[in-house]
Amino acid sequence: MKQNIINIKNLTVKFGDFTVLDNIDLSIPKNAITVILGESGCGKSTLLKSIIGLQPIHEGEIRIFDKDIHDENFSKELEKLGMVFQNGALLNSVSVYENIKIPLRQHTDLPDEIIDKVIKAKLHQVNLSHAMNYLPSELSGGMKKRAAFARAIALDPQLLFCDEPSAGLDPNTRYALDNLLLELQNQLKMTMLLVTHEISTVRRIADKLIFLHQGRIIFKGSFESAQESDNKLIKNFFSKA
Amino acid sequence: MTKKKHTFHIKSDLTRKNINSLYNQFHEQFDKEELREIDLNRVEKIDSSGVAFLEYIQENSEKAELTALSPKIKAALNTFSTPEESKKSEKQTGFFEKLGEKALLSKNSFISGLYLTSDIFYWSIKDLFNTNVRQKNSVVNQCIAIGVNAVGIIALLSFILGLILALQSSAQLSKFGANIYVADLIGFAMVREMGPMMTAILVAGRSGSSFASEIGTMKISEELDALRAMGINPLRFLVVPKFIGITIVMPLLSTLSTILGILAGLIVSVYYLKMSAYAYLYELFDYITLEDEIIGLSKSLFFAWVIIIIGVYYGLKVEGGSEGVGKATTKSVVASIFAVIVLDAFFSLFYLV
Repeated sequence: MKQNIINIKNLTVKFGDFTVLDNIDLSIPKNAITVILGESGCGKSTLLKSIIGLQPIHEGEIRIFDKDIHDENFSKELEKLGMVFQNGALLNSVSVYENIKIPLRQHTDLPDEIIDKVIKAKLHQVNLSHAMNYLPSELSGGMKKRAAFARAIALDPQLLFCDEPSAGLDPNTRYALDNLLLELQNQLKMTMLLVTHEISTVRRIADKLIFLHQGRIIFKGSFESAQESDNKLIKNFFSKA
Repeated sequence: MTKKKHTFHIKSDLTRKNINSLYNQFHEQFDKEELREIDLNRVEKIDSSGVAFLEYIQENSEKAELTALSPKIKAALNTFSTPEESKKSEKQTGFFEKLGEKALLSKNSFISGLYLTSDIFYWSIKDLFNTNVRQKNSVVNQCIAIGVNAVGIIALLSFILGLILALQSSAQLSKFGANIYVADLIGFAMVREMGPMMTAILVAGRSGSSFASEIGTMKISEELDALRAMGINPLRFLVVPKFIGITIVMPLLSTLSTILGILAGLIVSVYYLKMSAYAYLYELFDYITLEDEIIGLSKSLFFAWVIIIIGVYYGLKVEGGSEGVGKATTKSVVASIFAVIVLDAFFSLFYLV
């Protein structure tokens, strides 16, 4: 049985009186790709942000690497995490190259020559070698996403979170990105937690699916079992995807 | 230490925690011409930093080859290797080339500034009473934002400026028994120069910056494009209310600034120079003419137009996200204050010649 890398108990998040996540209990297995699915506004991104501590929670406990993320000492673990935000969230004032350099400079003592090589390798992996000196404002939406992905994997994180990683990408790049995710998971035994609407991506890479509806988990399991589910909402989702 | 080793036996994992010590070991113990082999037999884990390190050694040693590669390391090399760099030849530009480029850019900026000015004036006059093309109460809201909200700071600073002018001039004039001329000096300075200019500088700092940042932010978040796509001219929708608003409030703010400066002069004259309030006001109204008033007010109008045109110009030119907005805001304030002072100098020359 696979060990769990994230354990969530009774997680509740509210925006004012509105409950976005309602009493979530969830475990994310190690070395696997877990995908969160659900209609827009069901709380997927909030769940992701809550897990990495960006979203204040109302109730519950979130543990990563068996440590409470709200403990003061958890900040030491952050270098083991990577996050790809929905809109890239690159620093606009510096080039793509410099954006990827930031975590490598901050969290490692690698010599400059090695850092340079790592950055170029990461950019090559996301097919963005030609744009390393561009400012984020000079990139298209898809290129921004790929640059953000390169920054997120700069430190070969043990745990990678992606909020809509392939949204806005053409099918070829999406396919390449899916392959990259699989390669990284295989090579580095990376655990990944993704939010996506791309069913082709889900089919190709997901080991486990979590289906959210109005802030509650309505399904946990494999892609195949999700497709065979009798739940109307899940059936409806797959039929229209 | 002699550097004659032929084989670099890597005895630890090739992960980023170990790279720095391996890097130092490589430079201390190996000669790049002598190194023949990099033995990876004992490497169990490798990450992207490790692959980058192996590539670095190979590039810096002429004949070094990787040996004892496990399938795992081969796969990692395949995944994380750096591609052959296509070296870009950057175009070198000389001094005159740069100078020419700057001159061309300045010319283009000047021309686009003229177009913008003509557009703003055209639409502001055309839409003066056509309220359908802008949001309800937008002119009133602009008058409040630019004018009413600035009353406090302008009143306070103009009063302090008047006090300083009066104290400094009375100290000199009293030596010659010419105290009464403090009224002339303060009146003339405040009505024709300091009132309009002080107001313009404060409005440039407060509102000019907000024009640039508001429009710049709207540009980078594609709100301006959204307006255009809906068939709405952003100038008519966003800029005209600001233009009308600043045109209404600037002369009023300038008059307020002038009155507060003169009031400060009156207080200094009465309490410091022991002059009667009547004498101060009599001398003031005797000296200041309607022409001075008109000049002061006309200046404030021109200053208002310069501030809004520069603010909008830099706002529309914003590129590069949030940093671009910051740069445009700074540029717009600097350019507005510079333009106000230069314009004031031209006015002074024009009216005195």
